[in-house]
Amino acid sequence: MLSKRIIPCLDVKDGRTVKGVNFVDLRDAGDPVELAWNYSQQGADELVFLDITATVERRKTMVELVKSVARQINIPFTIGGGINEIADADALLNAGADKISINSAAVRNPALIDELARAFGVQFVVIAVDTRVIAGKNIVHLNGGRVPTEKETLDWIMEAESRGAGEILLTSMDHDGTKAGFDNRFLKEVNNAVNIPVIASGGAGSVQDFIDVFKQSNVDAALAASVFHYGEILIPDLKKVLRANNIEVREV
Amino acid sequence: MNEIKQESNLRDTSPFRGPGGIGIIQYGAGNIFSLTAALERLGIPYGMINKEEDFEQYDRYIIPGVGHAGAAMAKLEHTGLVPSIKALKKPVLGICVGMQLLTSYSEEGDSKLLDLFPIKTLKFAGDTNFKVPHTGWNQVFPEMGNALFENIPNGSHFYFVHSYFIEYNVTYTLSSTTYINKFSASIMRDNFYGVQFHPEKSGAYGETLLKNFSKI
Repeated sequence: MLSKRIIPCLDVKDGRTVKGVNFVDLRDAGDPVELAWNYSQQGADELVFLDITATVERRKTMVELVKSVARQINIPFTIGGGINEIADADALLNAGADKISINSAAVRNPALIDELARAFGVQFVVIAVDTRVIAGKNIVHLNGGRVPTEKETLDWIMEAESRGAGEILLTSMDHDGTKAGFDNRFLKEVNNAVNIPVIASGGAGSVQDFIDVFKQSNVDAALAASVFHYGEILIPDLKKVLRANNIEVREV
Repeated sequence: MNEIKQESNLRDTSPFRGPGGIGIIQYGAGNIFSLTAALERLGIPYGMINKEEDFEQYDRYIIPGVGHAGAAMAKLEHTGLVPSIKALKKPVLGICVGMQLLTSYSEEGDSKLLDLFPIKTLKFAGDTNFKVPHTGWNQVFPEMGNALFENIPNGSHFYFVHSYFIEYNVTYTLSSTTYINKFSASIMRDNFYGVQFHPEKSGAYGETLLKNFSKI
């Protein structure tokens, strides 16, 4: 059977991981490649790197990061953060990235999704969507959930799929950081509406939250950052419990 | 152009360049950075095949490939290497679309392919319960004993990304996977092998498979 995927997310700035890491004997906790390698050894199924470098050198630093990761890591990974044009994506593909994740740039210019899918194939194009509920409706937000748009989230996700998105990374900003569980109800609605994989993000606090998101929404993958980085949940333990709950996961 | 530049840089700087290794057939269908990185991690010598004379330098060959099978076949034909590939007697491994090229036909683009295997590449039937492309880690079950799967337990997970699959065939299917239907996860005929999954992205078992191929 096709496995449900567990995906640690690493925030990277100027080639270094920015969130604190406190779970294994890392020589250098700020080295994204060493951290990524550790996660792959633990049984992570995939990795997402979110590059928040804000300098003019950003494309160069992202390409260097992707090359170092591709040299060392034997599982698929996605790179996101500030990808605005075909040339950015092309450089990252050639550096060994399996997928790129686009957020604000796609909202501002939806035709970018069509262009990327045509140039590189749908499997390369992950659309990241930050959603927050306003007056009972899920609305797409930009800039890490601070800036609301006019778009209803489900409409935008359907549009992204029809334009050539190969996967949706959906972060609930209302749940993000709460450690109170994923937004299972909305994830189920989105997952039922599309025919491409959905990655759940925002709210992971316990092993039970992962069981719930897979059982209740049937999404393809679940992403988290701090619970993994701080060692609150160890991936081998998580997978053991998921398997005991009849959720198909990869054994390593 | 970027892609070609990248690959030729790699070729020029690789410490593993040289005879006796794996020749990767270059025809411009997809990026091979991750594949060459995996070979380097494993210490398997490799180089690039751009023209007919390059074949004799290597003991085995990989046909990589992602994207559209019909477009990939057109690019492969454009290299002029097709007659040499069909005549190869040393081990050949097609990966993903590179595997599909070994079959007779693909529904993708209604394309005639290399016909080294008299079986077809078909599109997954639309089904509301199954998303297409088939994306992620799925289990692979050997259908017969083979050195390619040595030290890889039955039912190990490999990483797949594909919308078309090679039909199951009792003679040529080396291992199978089930998604919507049972299909060929890998095939073998004489010296020709193909894998639908990406061994270079399939963790430790993927690396074991590449290592096994380097010894066949």
